[in-house]
Amino acid sequence: MLRAYSAFIYLFLYAPIALIVVFSFNSGNNASDFQDFGVDWYFKAANNSLMLAALENSIIVAATASVLATIMGTMAAIALQNVRGPLRVIFDGLTYIAIMVPGIVIGIATLIALVTTFDAANTILAGIWPGDAPPKLSLGYGSIIAAHTLFAMALVIIIVRARIAGMDRSLIEASADLYADPLATFRQVTLPQLMPGIVAGFLLSFTFSFDDFVIAFFVAGSKNTLPIYVFSSIRRGVTPEINAIGTAVMLFSLTALITAQILLRRGNKPTR
Amino acid sequence: MASPESGSSYDVEFRSVVKHFADVRAVDDVSFALKRGSFHSFLGPSGCGKTTSLRLIAGFEQPDSGSVEIAGQSVVGVPAYRRPVNMVFQHYALFPHMDVASNVGYGLRQRKPRADAAEIDKQVAAALELVRLPHLGKRRAWELSGGQQQRVALARALINRPTVLLLDEPLAALDRKLRREMQIELQNLQREVGITFVLVTHDQEEALSMSDTIGIMKDGKVVQFGTPEELYDAPVNRYVADFVGESNFFSGSVASCDDTGAAITTPSGLTLQAPFSRLGGKLQPGAKATIAVRPEVIGLWQPGAVPAGLDISRPARLLNRIYLGDHSEFQIEADGLGPVLVRLPKHSTEGQALEPGDQVIMGWKRERALALSEA
Repeated sequence: MLRAYSAFIYLFLYAPIALIVVFSFNSGNNASDFQDFGVDWYFKAANNSLMLAALENSIIVAATASVLATIMGTMAAIALQNVRGPLRVIFDGLTYIAIMVPGIVIGIATLIALVTTFDAANTILAGIWPGDAPPKLSLGYGSIIAAHTLFAMALVIIIVRARIAGMDRSLIEASADLYADPLATFRQVTLPQLMPGIVAGFLLSFTFSFDDFVIAFFVAGSKNTLPIYVFSSIRRGVTPEINAIGTAVMLFSLTALITAQILLRRGNKPTR
Repeated sequence: MASPESGSSYDVEFRSVVKHFADVRAVDDVSFALKRGSFHSFLGPSGCGKTTSLRLIAGFEQPDSGSVEIAGQSVVGVPAYRRPVNMVFQHYALFPHMDVASNVGYGLRQRKPRADAAEIDKQVAAALELVRLPHLGKRRAWELSGGQQQRVALARALINRPTVLLLDEPLAALDRKLRREMQIELQNLQREVGITFVLVTHDQEEALSMSDTIGIMKDGKVVQFGTPEELYDAPVNRYVADFVGESNFFSGSVASCDDTGAAITTPSGLTLQAPFSRLGGKLQPGAKATIAVRPEVIGLWQPGAVPAGLDISRPARLLNRIYLGDHSEFQIEADGLGPVLVRLPKHSTEGQALEPGDQVIMGWKRERALALSEA
């Protein structure tokens, strides 16, 4: 009974995804009528200039946001290590809350904050600009990158913090004992010890930014990311091309997530 | 400035060193000097300040007051990475992301200007040879056994030719047999390299078997500083006698005393006489004191077979006998003295026939006991 029950659960979970994968290899025109096996739609998608533009935007946003989030998140995690007492509890709480806030709230909040700031800044800029055409701040790459960086930074902080907590403190003392100054210790011991966590944080940040629809939808302005492109083309009907794009994105994200998991696990083993 | 080779003949000196953690005095006005090239141990229960003392030498802690000197020079304010000392950590603290050779060569690679890579390789090979681990350089530290990791940690410290080598309970994680082997090996190694070793341990056997000098610590203070023989034969008080080797203690108050010894009256009304410890203080009449008697000093006899010349003898009942190979331990209940531990060698004729429940006579010669102050 239970066995059948759990089999059904997984069937419901994965059947729709499996369908998308299967139909992405449909060479027919109809998304719900499998005719012949073929990779035609993959080629079609690869030659779709709108899709390619959206993909390029997504890669630029995800790469920038994840690099920024990894650097700032790692620095924050290391700095938080020296914060003690109630302040630390507050910081920890704020980090977790940042992750639990629904995307739609982050989207609206970021949108309002950015638009208000831009309006104020544009007025000032127009006033002090010597030339005729003052630069105008508006939504675009910058706003998506900023919103994604903020969220992903919280992810990186939590992952790197866990790694720091699992690290043997005596390794740092051992390094100092062996004549390495604090900077050399950080470079030769702390950073290599944290590296699996940092890389995992980077991969998770990248996939989060690459896959995110809700936040990007609010703050993208005129820029299309891949999820926004997929959403808008679905309104014109589901084609096997969407299936092909979806399958490719899924394959990419899964690879990154599994790599992150492997890194987090393997990174934890050697420190007894 | 004096070079480490000249000047003081002491490698480590504490002068009135105090170190607090919150409101706990971890090290409380401690002074001592450790001779160059000696093997010294700090012995005491956990929380007695021995590890803090070691960390003050290493530079992981700085004293609140007093001075710490290494090779005759004050190192107060000098960070760990500028001190000519190296430590073997309790759990070895080998770098898991490096192989054994990189671990061992770590200290040499920090030198500026950086040493020649071939020269480092040569020294690493020699250091691994020294701890009898050649051919393991390419392995990861965590692939090795506990004893092997221990040796790698030793090689990693010794390769730097430190003025002082610090060992923080280095054998605690090893099993008993391996621990014995490593004790002998550490002692040999110390003689071979001639570096001052400072060991921290709670294991009195370990401290006694390896050290030239031992500092017994309690509540942040050094209670007694001396050779293993001095600590065993002439403890300054009950605490030291209790910590070094085993003793039976019969407490009471001092009934009378002269320059050489005291008579102590126990609560049960017995009066026991014993000489003072050579290094302990004199006792005042009326003061609380104790008579310490080592288990091997006490004899057991069948009633009627008691030899002449015993100063103290009491009837007793044998409670238990523990066979320990080359000797046996007997737990007895002596009239007026309570439970007493007696240790007889395997071939002692008296011990052979005794069984639990037997009535026996126990006794000792007064000059083999010690009258000590409590605490």
